[in-house]
Amino acid sequence: MAPPSSDGEDGARPGAPVIETHGLTKAYGSGPPAVDGLDLSVPPGSIFGFLGPNGSGKTTTIRMLMGLIEPTAGGARLLGEPMPGAARRVLPRVGALIEGPALYGFLTGRANLLRYDAADPTADPRTRAARVTAALDRVGLAAAAGKKARAYSLGMKQRLGLAAALLRPRELLVLDEPTNGLDPQGMREIRGLVRELAADGTTVFLSSHLLDEIEQVCTHAAVMSRGRLIAQGTVAELAAGARGRLAVTTPDTADAARVLKEHGLTDLVVGEERVTGELPGPGAGVPAVVGGGLDPADLNAALVAAGVRVRAFGTERASLEDVFVALTGEGFDVAG
Amino acid sequence: MSRAETVEQAPDVRAPRPLWTLGLLRNELGMTFRRRRTLVLLAVLALVPVLVGIAVRVQTGDGGDRGGPAFISLVTNNGLFLVFTSLAATLPVFLPMALGVVAGDAIAGEAGAGTLRYLLVAPAGRTRLLLVKYTGTLVFCLVATLVVAASALVVGALLFGLGEVTLLSGTTVPLAEGLLRALAVAGVVALSLIGVAALGLFVSTLTGSGIAAMAMTVGVVITFQILNTLPQLHAVQPYLFPHYWLSFADLLRDPVYWDDIRRNLGLQAVYALVFGTAAWARFTTRDITA
Repeated sequence: MAPPSSDGEDGARPGAPVIETHGLTKAYGSGPPAVDGLDLSVPPGSIFGFLGPNGSGKTTTIRMLMGLIEPTAGGARLLGEPMPGAARRVLPRVGALIEGPALYGFLTGRANLLRYDAADPTADPRTRAARVTAALDRVGLAAAAGKKARAYSLGMKQRLGLAAALLRPRELLVLDEPTNGLDPQGMREIRGLVRELAADGTTVFLSSHLLDEIEQVCTHAAVMSRGRLIAQGTVAELAAGARGRLAVTTPDTADAARVLKEHGLTDLVVGEERVTGELPGPGAGVPAVVGGGLDPADLNAALVAAGVRVRAFGTERASLEDVFVALTGEGFDVAG
Repeated sequence: MSRAETVEQAPDVRAPRPLWTLGLLRNELGMTFRRRRTLVLLAVLALVPVLVGIAVRVQTGDGGDRGGPAFISLVTNNGLFLVFTSLAATLPVFLPMALGVVAGDAIAGEAGAGTLRYLLVAPAGRTRLLLVKYTGTLVFCLVATLVVAASALVVGALLFGLGEVTLLSGTTVPLAEGLLRALAVAGVVALSLIGVAALGLFVSTLTGSGIAAMAMTVGVVITFQILNTLPQLHAVQPYLFPHYWLSFADLLRDPVYWDDIRRNLGLQAVYALVFGTAAWARFTTRDITA
């Protein structure tokens, strides 16, 4: 076995992607590939959201990144080094939560972490106890550290899994659905933790099927659907790709819809006391709020002039959900 | 390590230590022998000499001598023979079954619980994890054998007393030498199990269910035992791993008759090598999807 070389050109260049894949593909049997020709590029220091419905290939991708499964075609580099070839050098610098936590139910929470740390060849046994204590503190499990893991709730297990990823300072954290099973308070705490870690310079790769979660914490995102990557970029760029919608709250919905239509709005949706529509734009990619020359203020004046009683009026920012629907032309459901 | 990287990396990131495997092995052993399942298995094994001892005591109390294995009639003269009797009684079934549970669960249990993926991304390394698991299983073989021997020695001493040992060849040796020979027998019995241990580990790499792997390993052991008794299969029997198991009795002759013991250990080494390699080939290339 070759000794670990930490010098040479293999090391990560500053600014080089932390995760980079080229044509990464995994096929099982004769069916359509679970992951199909993925070209992913995760910039250093980002909080990268990996978004897609259940069954879209997120976890398979993460397993290939971590060297757990062999790609059928293509390759991946983690921290500038090829995976799974350089696993022994790379993985100690990567913390991971993959498809939920997995624990030894008959061991205490603390003993679980001691075992995972013992499995790391580069972890210093002299600092092991202190690092385990610090990781437990960080995820708020210090009080339950002596309990057997089988007595933990799903949220506590999730926290313990996170603690295992935080046993050492990491350059990259790969978190697969980290807020699964947590209550809203726990979700907020985890998001806070993710932001805190990113502020320390750790790149965070976060997979989720929760659009608002990605929108709340991530700087960058990639969207998966049926094994294919359909978009990636900064969250702002992605959201800009979808147009914003104008929303009017009024008791006179019929009149409002008519006026809006006269002014060139499309895709009108009339709800109870509420009308929304797409502002006309000269082309895709133009920030929707500008509305292609149509000033929303004029529109409001026109509505009032037509006798429509307006309670609320404004443009809704495009969400990642809109992006997703626009990109895939389908709902955000489990891929069949 | 270049200076630039030393600055970049966290202070406790170090080059892998050559002996780090021992840390994981220590953890593995601690986990195995603190586990209730292991303790129950060992307790059951410790109970076998008690039952055998009481049975022999009751039977000889009746005054009837119904033959039985070579050692049993000797037990009443010297409690030390309960050690050999108990090992002869547990080696064909109880020891391999207990071992099947531990070896079969080694990888499959971790896969079933999902902990395997976290060990691998730690990164434990597949070859090293397999070596740690195999070593842990071998330590269990040794401990299990010693538990049977120690329990038998205590029970034998209490029920029948200890004294000078008359070997199977008729020579009488002092108790100290008898105890040494008992220890050697326990060692050979433990070594007789390394083939089954490798077989169990290989089975364990095939499935993601600990229970399935345990059942399959124990099933294979029992099948081999049955095949070993069918006269029609006489030609293949020397290649079945249990075939020379009871050769440990040859350690109780003076001079020691080594041929079958050597054949036994050689056969176990072949099994360990074949199934160890198969386990390695399977485990290092397998997709970990559990």
